[in-house]
Amino acid sequence: MHWQVIFPLLLFLVIIFGIGIWANKHIRSSNSFLQEYFLGGREMGGFILAMTMIATYGSASSFIGGPGVAYTKGLGWVLLAMAQLPAGYFVLMILGKKFAIIARRYQAITLIDFLRERYKSHTIVILSAISIIIFLFSAMMAQWVGGARLIESLTGLNYTTALFIFAISVLAYVIIGGFRAVALTDAVQGSIMVIGTVILLIGTIIAGGGIDHIMASLVAENPNLVSPFGAEGELTPLYVSTFWILIGIGVVGLPQIAVRAMSYKNSKSMHLAIIIGTIAIGTIMFGMHLIGVLARPVMPGIEIGDKVMPLLTLKVLPPFLAGVVLAAPMAATMSTVNALLMLVSSTVVKDIYLNYIKPTANDTEIKRASFIVTAVIGLAVIVFALNPPDLLVWLNLFAFGGLEAVFIWTVVLGLYWKKANKYGAIASMISGMTLYIVIDRFYPSVFGMHTVTIPIVASFFIFVIVSLLTSHKFKDEKLFI
Amino acid sequence: MKDQRFKIAHREALIGIGLVIVNFAIWFGFAYGLGSGDPKSYTYVFGFPAWFFYSCMAGTGFMIILIWLVMKLFFKEVPFDDEEVDQ
Repeated sequence: MHWQVIFPLLLFLVIIFGIGIWANKHIRSSNSFLQEYFLGGREMGGFILAMTMIATYGSASSFIGGPGVAYTKGLGWVLLAMAQLPAGYFVLMILGKKFAIIARRYQAITLIDFLRERYKSHTIVILSAISIIIFLFSAMMAQWVGGARLIESLTGLNYTTALFIFAISVLAYVIIGGFRAVALTDAVQGSIMVIGTVILLIGTIIAGGGIDHIMASLVAENPNLVSPFGAEGELTPLYVSTFWILIGIGVVGLPQIAVRAMSYKNSKSMHLAIIIGTIAIGTIMFGMHLIGVLARPVMPGIEIGDKVMPLLTLKVLPPFLAGVVLAAPMAATMSTVNALLMLVSSTVVKDIYLNYIKPTANDTEIKRASFIVTAVIGLAVIVFALNPPDLLVWLNLFAFGGLEAVFIWTVVLGLYWKKANKYGAIASMISGMTLYIVIDRFYPSVFGMHTVTIPIVASFFIFVIVSLLTSHKFKDEKLFI
Repeated sequence: MKDQRFKIAHREALIGIGLVIVNFAIWFGFAYGLGSGDPKSYTYVFGFPAWFFYSCMAGTGFMIILIWLVMKLFFKEVPFDDEEVDQ
């Protein structure tokens, strides 16, 4: 690999490190360590909020896996990917101001803090903590493996070396800089993701001889490639529509996204973030998936989907620009991993250690615990990523849709419905995850819909029915909602 | 005591749901309304099949403008800290 390609990647790592060190200064001078380390002092402005939302949401699959599938399925897969547009505005509008106000009132640092105050139930705290730790730990491992594979394929280093380079760079700035470093690096990473997408899209269209020419080649090969139904006509309208639940509105239930909705400064930041976030996520998802389709006539005959984007980049762009574009999937992976690491660490420190192990811990002890826990979790992920255990690989399958089913109604109904109570929440959390796993294992795409549909719909009704049946026990309770 | 800020927050959450419904209708309507025929006889707009242009490109652009308008016209600025409200 040419050094001109490596250079932008190295430059990117240097900038990221610099941000970590700068953010560490804030932590040293802050008088509320927990709020600063795990929430960046609730100071995020609009641009950073938008970027940290989209960068956390957009992962390696938006840049590597997704374009690879679009390459084989055609424009129908771009249509499906556009179901992600609501992730840019819907989460912030739904959790919105109410979540920001209530989180401040409860002085909540984590999502679980909010649930604990709202439902006053240890069962909910423990169920939530366990699902976050188990499922997001596995998700982190999968992203770590993806990041290492990417470096491996770009630089020719072996997997172990690549893993260490990737992991050490992420761990260094997350451990010393906390949430502020994560959010600021996300702003850089998110910008690289948007810029990289635009550069590669333009390069691909030029290399393919213009849109007309590319579309004509696609129709000549297989007319279905330009239809909404996929190369084999396998993408039915119902199946594609149910992705709106998984990757669009269900995103409200992802803890790593929801926690960002309590970290911004004021209403103005939120309004700006909704506009910027929607533009950014629209550009990335539309651009990258369209690139996958356009790549087909430009580079025919690629067998492995994951290789489409890296090979295309190296073919259609000059080396330096290729380096900039290839920093985008790196950035996407890092910005997802760092959010997960921060979230798992805050769950262990704030929700387990401070709630149940040592509620009297003083500031020095909390500080030490936070650094140690973050480092130990990070190192544990490296150990597992060296040789991923089957159990974690299996759990990761449920880390997205399964977690959505666990949290979406517990959070949303907890915020907006006075009658929502702990029995309803517990029933909906358990049934959501159980149904997700059972349907995914035994009846995938039941009735032609994505797995996530039934667990989300069913857990809603279970929540409402159980809450109503037990409502007489909560008559005198005073709520802040 | 009914917090006025919650009234605003509730209205904005409903607007969010409304926007998703509009978003979905545009996306679904153009994609399957224009794209269901024989792919060989599609009409093209700016080089893209018409269903794709209207559903994924023009539709997305329209949503961004709509969201921007909604933010300007209907979203209100409120303080988040309780102290600021009491004063």
